[in-house]
Amino acid sequence: MRLSVASGKGGTGKTTLSANLARIAQHTVVLADCDVEEPNAHLFLKTSDIEEKVVSLPIPKVDEALCDGCGLCSKICQFSAIVTFGTAPLVFPEMCHGCGGCALVCPPKAITEHPRRIGVVEISQAESITLITGRLDVGVAQAPPLIRAVKEAVPPKTDAIFDAPPGTSCPVIAAVRDTDMVLLVTEPTPFGLHDLTLAVDMVRDLQLPFGVVVNRMGSGDRRIQAFCEKQQIPILLEIPDDRRIAEAYSRGILMVDALPEYRSLFEDLWKTIRQSLN
Amino acid sequence: MKIAITTSGNDLSAPLDPRFGRAPKFLIYDLEADTFNVIDNLQNLNAAQGAGIQSGQNIARQGVKALVTGHCGPKAFRVLQAAGIKIFNTSASTVAEALDQYRTGKLTEAGSADVEGHWA
Repeated sequence: MRLSVASGKGGTGKTTLSANLARIAQHTVVLADCDVEEPNAHLFLKTSDIEEKVVSLPIPKVDEALCDGCGLCSKICQFSAIVTFGTAPLVFPEMCHGCGGCALVCPPKAITEHPRRIGVVEISQAESITLITGRLDVGVAQAPPLIRAVKEAVPPKTDAIFDAPPGTSCPVIAAVRDTDMVLLVTEPTPFGLHDLTLAVDMVRDLQLPFGVVVNRMGSGDRRIQAFCEKQQIPILLEIPDDRRIAEAYSRGILMVDALPEYRSLFEDLWKTIRQSLN
Repeated sequence: MKIAITTSGNDLSAPLDPRFGRAPKFLIYDLEADTFNVIDNLQNLNAAQGAGIQSGQNIARQGVKALVTGHCGPKAFRVLQAAGIKIFNTSASTVAEALDQYRTGKLTEAGSADVEGHWA
């Protein structure tokens, strides 16, 4: 089973949900931190030594002796990473998404591809949790290829939880795509609802099964419940607004470890998810 | 010879837009014929990145030989250089003022980008 945890708004509790859910699983589970620009799941787990894999993108290099300046490379590039004015093209490696299109269309085969490092995938163990973290290098703008590398590092047939970045743009799509279900975490505030509606549109567009988790329940109002009822979206879990949860969080301790009375919330969530997927 | 001036308006009295990559429009002025036309650069306003590169290609297609603008970043500079377009930075407030500065030789050609790239 592959679960992804997303939200429109940042700071609603994606990592809190992902890490607690992984912690309470009765079996070996992968927790994949796909928020590669700012990974933080490791802060809540005592992990073993980290195995690190470098992730690179193939970047074009032009052999000017072979290039006839036809400009086909520039035409196919959707990201202005290769530009030509009837002469040998200019390459902007920081714009390149590594699709390989330019090398493919080049008639005289003047373009070869060379790796450019974009970040690392870190794999470590925290008891029954295998933590796979993507860490994008500073100054690199392309998160999706690194997120895909994180997902590829997950062993087949293992239950996995993908902690997505916030928002509804390419990195989130890369994280939630091909998962069996998306959990959308929100908070009972106007901002929380606004961004939840964007996230709902996104997962509906991707035609993925999804449900909502409301965090800090009791701190705002019931606008999320009203929205979900109207839209017939299941609310799978409500996490209460409890100062002790925030205090444990600030020390890097998971809710289910610090406050055992909340364990049943996550155990029930596992059951609900399994039932809804069967 | 044609020159491009970055602007948000449609005529010579319009304000000069100090941005190159994300300028809403370019006023293309033909110095010999003393005529101009305005081209759209709207596709770039919302581009996440690479606006300078696309703007450079955009004005290169117009056959301009010089660009008068407020600022120019490193990627745009490389593109313009490759396209053989000279860059002149100005703090003029209107297109007409920038054009006058160019015509009277008050502007000197930029030898490098004058602002940092957004993703540097």
